[in-house]
Amino acid sequence: MSTSTVSTTINGDAVQFACPTDESLLDAIRNRVGLTGVKEGCGTGDCGACSITMDGRLVCSCLVLGVEANGRAIETVEGMADGDQLHPLQEKFIEHAALQCGICTPGFLIAARVLLERNPDPTEKEIRYALAGNLCRCTGYDKIVRAVQAAAKEMRKASKKRTRK
Amino acid sequence: MRYETPETTRDAAALLAAEKGEAYILAGGTDLLVRMKAGLLEPDLLVDIKQVPAMNGIQQTAAGFRIGAAVPAVELGEHRALGRTWPGVVEAAKLIGSDQVQGRCTIAGNLCNASPAADTVPALMAAGAKAVVVGPERRRTVPVEKLPRGPGTMALAKSEVVEAILLPQRPAKSGDAYLRFIPRTEMDIAVVGAAVNLTLERGVVKTARIALGAVAPTAVLVPRAARAIIGTRLDDAALEKMAAACSAACNPIDDKRGTIAYRVKVAGVLARRAACIAYERAGGKR
Ligand SMILES: Cc1cc2nc3c(=O)[nH]c(=O)nc-3n(C[C@H](O)[C@H](O)[C@H](O)COP(=O)(O)OP(=O)(O)OC[C@H]3O[C@@H](n4cnc5c(N)ncnc54)[C@H](O)[C@@H]3O)c2cc1C
Ligand code: FES
Ligand code: FES
Repeated sequence: MSTSTVSTTINGDAVQFACPTDESLLDAIRNRVGLTGVKEGCGTGDCGACSITMDGRLVCSCLVLGVEANGRAIETVEGMADGDQLHPLQEKFIEHAALQCGICTPGFLIAARVLLERNPDPTEKEIRYALAGNLCRCTGYDKIVRAVQAAAKEMRKASKKRTRK
Repeated sequence: MRYETPETTRDAAALLAAEKGEAYILAGGTDLLVRMKAGLLEPDLLVDIKQVPAMNGIQQTAAGFRIGAAVPAVELGEHRALGRTWPGVVEAAKLIGSDQVQGRCTIAGNLCNASPAADTVPALMAAGAKAVVVGPERRRTVPVEKLPRGPGTMALAKSEVVEAILLPQRPAKSGDAYLRFIPRTEMDIAVVGAAVNLTLERGVVKTARIALGAVAPTAVLVPRAARAIIGTRLDDAALEKMAAACSAACNPIDDKRGTIAYRVKVAGVLARRAACIAYERAGGKR
């Protein structure tokens, strides 16, 4: 198996790793870079637990090869908090008890962040469609939807305050 | 496994031609990497086409639209002019998987994967789309309906690569639509897909193309269904005739998603609904 050296940016930091050409980006991020926030559920694109963004696009890292990350910018759940300050989505997930076992949570957080960047005031239906690629076996989804709605509201308030200043 | 990132389509084709073992084009990987993971294929070479400039971007030209083979479905959804002109093709692309899958998957990959249930293929056939096919020696432009041969097989040589999908410019008073039936609202494989594309002249259907997916070994154009509505205002009798022609064109399999009888019936029902949507989008009033 041939190995390749990959230079990429993860959560703003330049990162280099070497991986076999047929290794998934999911495995490379977890086992070579050591960021284990990204989870493996199915490994086949169905569950969304491995969601990340690559050059701003939401993708399943289990369906990307590690070598494809060369020269690209990657964001994982580890990049969402600002030091000790959690992202509003993370805060609202805790407040609304939108997780139980938590394996789906990093994927939901990343997918919800991409949704709110594109659409700061989504309807419940829009939230449910946007998160259709993320499966959760514990919560029944309702609390996740409420948490996203609450975070959206808070983020809209914060951005209004910023524009007033 | 070798992994290559050529910068021209011709180089991509040359890499495929020179490889003695198993070689595949890698576009979004949403079919290919799943099959590799399942151990169904063990490539010796992957040729990633995403760094080929001619395969990136959506261009609007005098002849219509040119969608690069490496363009992910999400970009089709973001392209305003494309969405206005070919809403049926775009809605088919937006049905593929989840937002995550759409961040990667391409319509050329959807076509080249040659699944009978691929969602964009009926919409592309109905639209009269063509594929730009590049080999090491020559380049040809082929109507999409000429490419799929059967489940997983394409009328492409080993070293041929699809560089782009072309959608024609269209006259005013035109509309297209794609509907699929699945047992849930998202994330499933089509039991039946139906695409209708038509142009009106004073409310009368002047030209039409109708295609079905998931009801035969490949997606199929159904000229008899199109003829049933040409020259009509899409009255109930014409729709009835069109639905019957669609059902008659079906040659489906029986599986857990749907029986043969069910698929045959639903093909007519969906085509009817898609025709009404396309008619309305073209500015017609029934
Ligand atoms: C979770 C999930 C859900 C899905 N849901 C749907 C769905 O609802 N509807 C649907 O239709 N499909 C669905 N799919 C299947 C898949 O996403 C689509 O078929 C997709 O369009 C494939 O495009 P790709 O760019 O990812 O192809 P790839 O996986 O990169 O390639 C597919 C095949 O085509 C070949 N190929 C790709 N591009 C070219 C080219 N330019 N020239 C020559 N050969 C080429 C490859 O070698 C490979 O054999 C789903 C897949 C997943 C994982
Ligand atoms: S692990 Fe990637 S989608 Fe399930
Ligand atoms: S919290 Fe357990 S899968 Fe979602």
